[in-house]
Amino acid sequence: MVSEVSSAAAGNWSRDVYNALKEQGVSVVGFVPDGGMKEIIELCLADKDMKTIALTNECEGPTLMAGCWLGGVKGCLILQSTGVGNIINAASMSEVCQFPFLALVSWRSSWAEGNRWQVPMGLRCQDYFKMAGFHAMQVNEPDDAGPSVAAAVEEAYNTLNGVGVFFSQRVMGVKRFLR
Amino acid sequence: MSDKHTLYTLDRRVIVKKLLDGQDEMPVITGLSSASYDSVAARSADHPLNFNLHGALGGAAMVGLGLAMAQPEKRVMVLMGDGDVLCGLGSLATLAISGAKNLSLAIFDNGIFGETGNQLTATSQCVELGDVAASCGTPIARTVDREDQVDDAIKDLLHGEGPVVINFKVSPKHPGHLAKTRDGVLMKLRFRKALLGHS
Repeated sequence: MVSEVSSAAAGNWSRDVYNALKEQGVSVVGFVPDGGMKEIIELCLADKDMKTIALTNECEGPTLMAGCWLGGVKGCLILQSTGVGNIINAASMSEVCQFPFLALVSWRSSWAEGNRWQVPMGLRCQDYFKMAGFHAMQVNEPDDAGPSVAAAVEEAYNTLNGVGVFFSQRVMGVKRFLR
Repeated sequence: MSDKHTLYTLDRRVIVKKLLDGQDEMPVITGLSSASYDSVAARSADHPLNFNLHGALGGAAMVGLGLAMAQPEKRVMVLMGDGDVLCGLGSLATLAISGAKNLSLAIFDNGIFGETGNQLTATSQCVELGDVAASCGTPIARTVDREDQVDDAIKDLLHGEGPVVINFKVSPKHPGHLAKTRDGVLMKLRFRKALLGHS
C-alpha cells in the first residue's frame, strides 16, 4: 500500500516530553492531534493517572485548563499550529484572569512543509503567542524537547501566563505527501 | 420553532434559585450575561464559589469540565444561555465523552441573544439542545419546558450520574442586570481560596 509517511527524528524525544509532563505534575491533557505528536498523546492516553481527552476544537483547551486551575490541577493542550488560530478568544481568559495556559504545538511549515494549507498559521502561530503576551519557545533539536517542556510547565504555572512550546518538523518529522 | 418545544415560559431566576438553594459549597461556573446574573440573584454578587465568564463565549462548559476533572468528588454546576452553548456546540460532544460523573450543565434557552438586541438564536428555529446533548450520548440529557418537570430536572442536575445536560425553555423576558465584579483575577483568587484553602 502506498501511503504518506512521516520521518521523525531519532531518539526518545516524545517519551522525554511525556516524562517532563509527569515530573511537573501535569495530570489533564486535552488534544486535537497532529501526526508529529502521536507518540506523546499515546503515552498520555495509556497513563491511568492522567486524564487525557480528545477535544472537538482547540478553543476548548484554554478554558479546560482554566477550570483545572480553579480546581488546583495542572493541564496541558496539545495541538497543531493551525489550531492556534482557534484558541485566540478563549486564551484571552489567561490574559484577563491570569490563568496558566500551557500549549505543546506541532509547528507545521517549520521545515520542508508539503501542504500549502499549513503555511499561513505555521508562519503566524508564534506571533500570536507574542501578541498575547505569552512566551513562545522553539524546539529545534530532539534533545531539547524534554527540558523545554519541563521549563515551560514551570514557567506557565509559576507566572500564571501562557507558554507555548513549538516543535519543529526537524524534531517531529516531515510528512511527505503523494503527488 | 421546534416542533417539540414551543413553550418559552419558565422563569430562569426561579429555577436557578431553587437549584442553588442550600448548595453553598457547590462550585458554579456561568457563561455570559443572564446566566451570570441568575447566579448573582440566587447567591449574591460576592459568593466565592461563583466564577462568571464575561467573555470567551462558549467556554463556560469547558471551564466546568476542567474543574470537574480536577475535583471528581464535587458536583460542578455550569449555567449557560442558549447562544453561549451554540457558540461552543462541540463541547456537548466533549462533555459526553468525558465521563465526568460530577458535571452538570443547565442551559437557559430563551431562543434569543438577549444582551444584543433579541436576535433569534438557532434554538428558536429547529435546533433542540436537549436532543443534541442526548444524541451525543450524554447519560442524562433532555429539554424541559413545563413547570411540573422542573423539580425532577433539578434533582438530576444535583444528583444524577453525569454528565447531565438539562435545557430549560425559559421566558425571553429579560430578568434584569445586577451589579457584580468583572475582575477575573479577583474571582479566580477567591474561588480557589474557598475551594482549595489557598489562592
